[in-house]
Amino acid sequence: MGSSTLKLGRATRDAYGDALLELGASRPEVVVLDADLAKSTRTGKFQQAHPERFVDVGICEANMVGVAAGLAAAGKTVFCSSFGSFLLCKAFDQMRMAVAYPGENVKFVGSHGGITLGEDGASQMSVEDFALALGLPGCVVVHPADEVSAKELILQVAAQPGPAYVRVGREKAPLLYADASGVKLGQARVLREGTDVGLVACGMLLGPSLEAAELLAAEGVQAAVVDVHTLRPLDTATIARVAEATGALVVSEEHLTTAGLGAVVAQATASTCPVPMEFVGLSGYAESGAPDQLLAKYHLTTADVLAAARKVLARKR
Amino acid sequence: MKKLSPSECAAQCKVIRRHIIEMLCAAGSGHPGGSLSATELVTAIYFHFLNQDPAQPEAPDRDRFILSKGHGVPVQYACMAERGYFPVSELATLRKIDSRLQGHPVKGALPGIEASTGALGQGLSIACGHALAGQLDGAAFRVYCLLGDGEINEGQVWEAALFAAHRRLDNLIAIVDANALQLDGRCTEILNIEPLAAKWTAFGWHVIELDGHDLPAIYAALEEALAHRGQPTCLVARTVKGKGVSFMENQVEWHGVAPTAEQARQALAEIG
Repeated sequence: MGSSTLKLGRATRDAYGDALLELGASRPEVVVLDADLAKSTRTGKFQQAHPERFVDVGICEANMVGVAAGLAAAGKTVFCSSFGSFLLCKAFDQMRMAVAYPGENVKFVGSHGGITLGEDGASQMSVEDFALALGLPGCVVVHPADEVSAKELILQVAAQPGPAYVRVGREKAPLLYADASGVKLGQARVLREGTDVGLVACGMLLGPSLEAAELLAAEGVQAAVVDVHTLRPLDTATIARVAEATGALVVSEEHLTTAGLGAVVAQATASTCPVPMEFVGLSGYAESGAPDQLLAKYHLTTADVLAAARKVLARKR
Repeated sequence: MKKLSPSECAAQCKVIRRHIIEMLCAAGSGHPGGSLSATELVTAIYFHFLNQDPAQPEAPDRDRFILSKGHGVPVQYACMAERGYFPVSELATLRKIDSRLQGHPVKGALPGIEASTGALGQGLSIACGHALAGQLDGAAFRVYCLLGDGEINEGQVWEAALFAAHRRLDNLIAIVDANALQLDGRCTEILNIEPLAAKWTAFGWHVIELDGHDLPAIYAALEEALAHRGQPTCLVARTVKGKGVSFMENQVEWHGVAPTAEQARQALAEIG
C-alpha cells in the first residue's frame, strides 16, 4: 500500500501476535491483557496458547491499565492491548499514575494506529498516540514499519524493564527488512544513504519516503531515508549525522505533525544540527474510506513526500 | 508483630489521631477530615490484620494495603511510623521539599507505599492486579484497598468492581470509608452514591455494612472477609468525617484545610 515497488508483508499487528507467542513460550511471567479486542489486536493467539495467562478485562480500558500495574508490581511482565486510540485516550491518567510514575513493567501495544485502519472511521483512529505516549516520562515509544522490525522490536521491548508504548497497524505493510539483524531499539536505521536531503519517517511513511528517494535519484538528487522506529529514546546521533550530511530534512508520519515524530526530530536537530525541515503528516481527524484513498486525501503519499522534499531543497539554496 | 486487641487498638487510634493533627498543622496543608474518618479502619489493618514486615515491605508474600483515597495518606503515614516503617520524627516532614512523605502517596518514594494515588478512582484496579497475580501464582497474600465514598463517583471503580467479582478475587477486600461528605458538599447532594451496600451486592461482592469507628465490629467484619470464599468482600464502613475533633466532625470545610496551631491545641486536647 502506498508503495508499489516494495513487497507487501503482513500487518505489524500480526507480528505482535507472533512476538507474544514466542514470549509466552519462553517466559512464564508474561501476562497479556486485552479489552475485548483480542481478535483485532492479535493477542488472541496468546490467549489460545496460554489461556491461564490471558485476561480479557472487558471494555474497561482504565481498569485494564490499573490491573496491569498491579500485576507488574507483583512481578509479572504485562502486555496490555487495545486500539491505540482507546488505550491512550481513555486510559491516559492510568498510564500516567499507575504505570509511568512508578515505572511499572507494563508494555502497551496499541493496534490500528493512524488512519490506515480505514473504513471504521475517525473514532477508531489514533492520530495523537505518539504525543500522549511521549507525554509519559520514561516511557519507551516505538512504531515499527514492517512485520520483521515489529516482532524484533517488541521482543527487545519485552527484554528490558519499564513502561513502553508500541503502535502497530491494521493494514499489511511493505517489507523493509529482510531479517531482524541490525534492528535495534533506540537506533534509527538508515535505509538509504544520501547527500542532498534526508527523508526521515516511521511506519507507513517509509514506503512513500523510499519511493520519493527513487524519483529524486532519477533527477540527480540523492536522498537519504531513515527509519526512526523508536521515538523514545530518540537516536539523536544518527539524526544529527543525516542532518549534517544532507542539510535538509523531511519528517513524515501517520500522526499529527504538531506533536509526534516531526516535533521530536525538530527538537533534536535544533540542539545538534539545525537545518531547514518540512513535515508530512496529519493536521486533524480523518474519516471513513479505503486506506489508499485516505492516504491520498490526507496527504500521506509519495507525491506529498516528494513535494515536501522539493520545498525543503528550495529553502536550502 | 504483636497483634493489637480491639481495646489496645482503640488506644493506638488516639496516638494516630494526634499524629494526624500534629503533622497537618506542621505541614500547613492537607486533608484532616478523611484521615480522621478512616483512623479506626487503617489502624486495625496495620496493627492487627496486615501481614507485612516493616523491615521488608517488598517481600513477595506480603499482604498489600492500597490507599485509593490518596488524600487520606496522613493516617497511613502515622500508622506506618508507629509500626516502625520509618522514624516517627519523619512525620514532621509531610508535604515538605525532599520529604519521602509526599502530599499524596507515591510508590517508590517511601517503602511500603504500594501505589501512587491521589488521582481518584485508581487504587481498586491496582489492587485487582495484585490480587490477580496472587490468584495466578497460588499465593496466600491478601489485598486490602481503602476507598472513599466520594471517590467512588469515579467510573473506573465500578469497572474494577465488575472485574474483581467476575474473576472471583476472594483475596481482595475493599473498604469504603463512607463519611458521607466530599469536597464540595454532602455526597447525597453532589452525586448520590447510595444505596452503597446494594450497589456492591449487585456488582457481585460479599458486602458487610458496619460502623467504621466500632473496632470490635471492624475486627469481626475483616475476619469474616478473610474467611469468605468465592467472592471479593466490600466493607461499607459508615464513618464521621473529622471524627474525634468536635469542630471538624461532619464539616465539609475540614476536607482539605490544615488546623492552625491554636486549632491543633484544641483538637489534641479533645483527642486526649
